[in-house]
Amino acid sequence: MQRTLSRIAVAAALLLVRATSADVLPDDRADLFYSKYSGGGMDITGESALVRKKFTENFALEGSYFVDKVSGASIDVLSQASQIKDERKQKSGTAEYVHDKTTYSLSYINSVERDYKSNTTSFSLKQDMFGDLTTLTLGYSHTDDTVGENDGTAFVPVIVWLGHAQSISYDVGLSQILTKNWIAGLNVNVITDNGYLANPYRSYRYLDSSNPAKGYSLASQIYPDTRTSTAVQVEAKYYLPYRAAITGSYRYFTDTWGIVGNTYELDYTHPISNIWILEGRVRFYKQNSADFYSDLYNYAGEYNFMARDQDLAAGENTTFGAKVTYAFLPDGWKMFKRATATFDVSRIEYKYLDFRNIKYYGLPQYPPGSEPLYSFNATVYQIYMSMFF
Amino acid sequence: MKSPRPAPFRLVPQLRRALLAGALLLCAACSNIQPWVKPYERDRLADPIMVWERDAISAEYMDHVREVREGSRGGTGAAGGGCGCN
Repeated sequence: MQRTLSRIAVAAALLLVRATSADVLPDDRADLFYSKYSGGGMDITGESALVRKKFTENFALEGSYFVDKVSGASIDVLSQASQIKDERKQKSGTAEYVHDKTTYSLSYINSVERDYKSNTTSFSLKQDMFGDLTTLTLGYSHTDDTVGENDGTAFVPVIVWLGHAQSISYDVGLSQILTKNWIAGLNVNVITDNGYLANPYRSYRYLDSSNPAKGYSLASQIYPDTRTSTAVQVEAKYYLPYRAAITGSYRYFTDTWGIVGNTYELDYTHPISNIWILEGRVRFYKQNSADFYSDLYNYAGEYNFMARDQDLAAGENTTFGAKVTYAFLPDGWKMFKRATATFDVSRIEYKYLDFRNIKYYGLPQYPPGSEPLYSFNATVYQIYMSMFF
Repeated sequence: MKSPRPAPFRLVPQLRRALLAGALLLCAACSNIQPWVKPYERDRLADPIMVWERDAISAEYMDHVREVREGSRGGTGAAGGGCGCN
């Protein structure tokens, strides 16, 4: 009986995805993108181009190319190495095919730095149902990383390859129209990693009386070689009584390293005629530290796993952002239906709760473990032009 | 002494009942679902300001900026690649 009911349930689930009328692919578009990140001693500039083209009503291809250039060095790199100069190049391609209410998507991303190589293949399926009130998305991706370390200098690199890491990601997304003004979403993401997961440029530190100048020494981090994380995000977007929208989201994150993170975000979007769209947003994020994280260990090899990576430290950050989009071809021109230019700026304030600023080492008023907690501010600029045709 | 045989894997009764109830609800939903927001009532939802993310390239970039500086990752619907180790 139970087996029969289970089969009925499966049949019901399959019936849920039955098609009623065809879905459509988004407009063709081309984007030129520039970004700049400054903060924590780092300057990162990025340039990107994206082209998306429909070849039939059912089939589209999308390609993008992204280059970012890193200069400077973060706080923990300053404590042990010379300045960083690096470049990351990322290529991606996506094929999309629509059949009735289902959109199939296959993507490939290749990212190369001189000391890091990453290849990701992903597949997703998007299904509209219940009279297009509900959209279900299922995604799967597989990433292979090769991790290295530059043992030379920024200008004469000597790359030592340290190991490989694999990552598998599963996504389930649900978008639901609730009323004629209100839409809600739910995203669940599970990622499993295995392999070399540590950051080779960061070290743990331990008390060391044989190093009286600092009172501590540094050693290579030891990470677990597996990690599984789960993120659940709920979001809602509401069309206000005048023409504007407000979006709220909350994300809960947990992983097998003991990190629990909470993210809250609120966005407000306000168009002015068909020419301008103004956006403001505030985001707050807080996490506790990983189980094996410590700012200062008592001695070398104190535990099986030891890390002092600031991403794993307890901390919080607050983002204030603003975005202006200007439609400079609101009514189209020749082959272009419309074109927009966007300027986006975010200010992020990072505060760490158990990660100390070791730039203060050697000062008599700051024995190891009593240095001020580290904090920094970052500014992120994005400028891009989008053409729809 | 003979070692005890491991118990076969079984769903707890409460979970089994919940799954069956869910399956029945799905069947009911399948047969009678009617869109309560008609297509001609969706003009506001079709406004570009109601799209979850208007600019994927920007969303992926910001996700990358955050993921290399936070312990959390995923759940936002965007994806990127690379390390950001430095």
